[in-house]
Amino acid sequence: MRSVAVFLASATLAHADEPPDSSRLSHLVHQDCGSCHGLTLKGGLGPDIRPEALSHYDAEILADVVLDGIPGTAMPPWRPSMSEAEARWIAEYLLTGYAP
Amino acid sequence: MKTFLSLLLLTLGTATNAEEIRATGDLGLVVERARGSLLVIDQSDRAAIGRIDGLGDLSHASLVYSPDERFAYVFGRDGGLSKVDIVEGKVSARVLQAGNSIGGAISDDGSLVAVSNYEPGGVRVFNADTLEMLADIPTASKTIGLVDAPGRRFVFTTWDDGETWIADFSKSGAPEITTIPEMGANPYDALITGDGRTYITGLFGEDGLTALDLWNEAPQPIRILQGYGRGKEDLPVYKMPHLEGWAKAGDEFVLPAVGHHEVLWIDAATLAETGRTDTYGQPVFAMARPDGRHVWVNFAHPLNDTIQVIDTMTKEVIHEFKPGPAVLHMEFTPRGHEVWISVRDAGKVMIYDTQSFEKLREIEADSPSGIFFTARAHRTGL
Repeated sequence: MRSVAVFLASATLAHADEPPDSSRLSHLVHQDCGSCHGLTLKGGLGPDIRPEALSHYDAEILADVVLDGIPGTAMPPWRPSMSEAEARWIAEYLLTGYAP
Repeated sequence: MKTFLSLLLLTLGTATNAEEIRATGDLGLVVERARGSLLVIDQSDRAAIGRIDGLGDLSHASLVYSPDERFAYVFGRDGGLSKVDIVEGKVSARVLQAGNSIGGAISDDGSLVAVSNYEPGGVRVFNADTLEMLADIPTASKTIGLVDAPGRRFVFTTWDDGETWIADFSKSGAPEITTIPEMGANPYDALITGDGRTYITGLFGEDGLTALDLWNEAPQPIRILQGYGRGKEDLPVYKMPHLEGWAKAGDEFVLPAVGHHEVLWIDAATLAETGRTDTYGQPVFAMARPDGRHVWVNFAHPLNDTIQVIDTMTKEVIHEFKPGPAVLHMEFTPRGHEVWISVRDAGKVMIYDTQSFEKLREIEADSPSGIFFTARAHRTGL
């Protein structure tokens, strides 16, 4: 029952066929990723995720980290609440510092 | 005539002073995280009465009060430690003391302010008057759960290696440090009870919490609620819960579960489990109303638009409502008749009656997060 509720909540957030909503996603990055990485993304309990700190990642792999998390660490999988296109948007945004 | 004039002046003078004097006992501060400011609020008037700017990066900022309730010490994410004069509405001192910080505490005598740092990991202690640094305690780990304890002590815990440190400043000179290892995997926050006796740290890296009895000469880790999630799938954790001294509700502590939609109850004396309450989402704050009769709970993203109220006697949810998007924090008035709630994405602080649950007022605020009433000045651990 719990997983159903989570699925329904996420279904209203992620629309697979619509283009990613930039303002909603940048808000999510700073406010919700920011819970651990800081509002300015310079790090907190989680590491620094500004462009220079992530330069060794390519976008594909970073999008996978967002979707599936890093097991054994506090980084959670975001797949329940976003589409692959949205994760890709976030990866580009983090790597360049600009909305793609 | 001369006498009459002086009398008149004296009277006028007194009247003017009465208007200028601002008592701070019913005031508070709201952190406006994105704009780096504090909103000054008046509990009795249910209103914002001013704003103090220039405090840097206030994401996840918190603050403590001087014993006279005139000054607030604000701990910013950017390592900034600011001393704010509430009466004059200005920043009276500010130092950038580290690269990345996470909260602080003030000693029982009001003379020392300690800041917990992620980068460089450790705790730094400052003179509360001047903000001059008096002690640097490096830990080689991110530090969490920093609280004040009776006897001019600070207690904090390390995220990376799971140790609790007690820094005793009761003698002059360098602090005496006691280290207690094996507190558990990845402690994420901690609380100290209002009597200063029990320190409880929550664990992210394993199912359980660890307590210390600070009345003991050599406190040893006491494991509590071990394996509380056993047999249930761990949900992804999008926000770490917070632990504070308001966890005491009657004769029990109420604690947020990590990765589960529930709060956990333990007996305050024996620390044995006494029950669980299923909740709407993963709890962030589980706060007992000051009288302990009800517990108010808010939740992590993406279920952070809702609050549930639990009855301490039956451990059942008796009220649920949706104040708005991103409910970040709640603060009770000292006797608990009202609760003030920051609703970040609505840009409002909302005030509710805690008996009738009726909304009494909304106050405009810019991305509000923490709400802090000055009455915290007189509480150990807040």
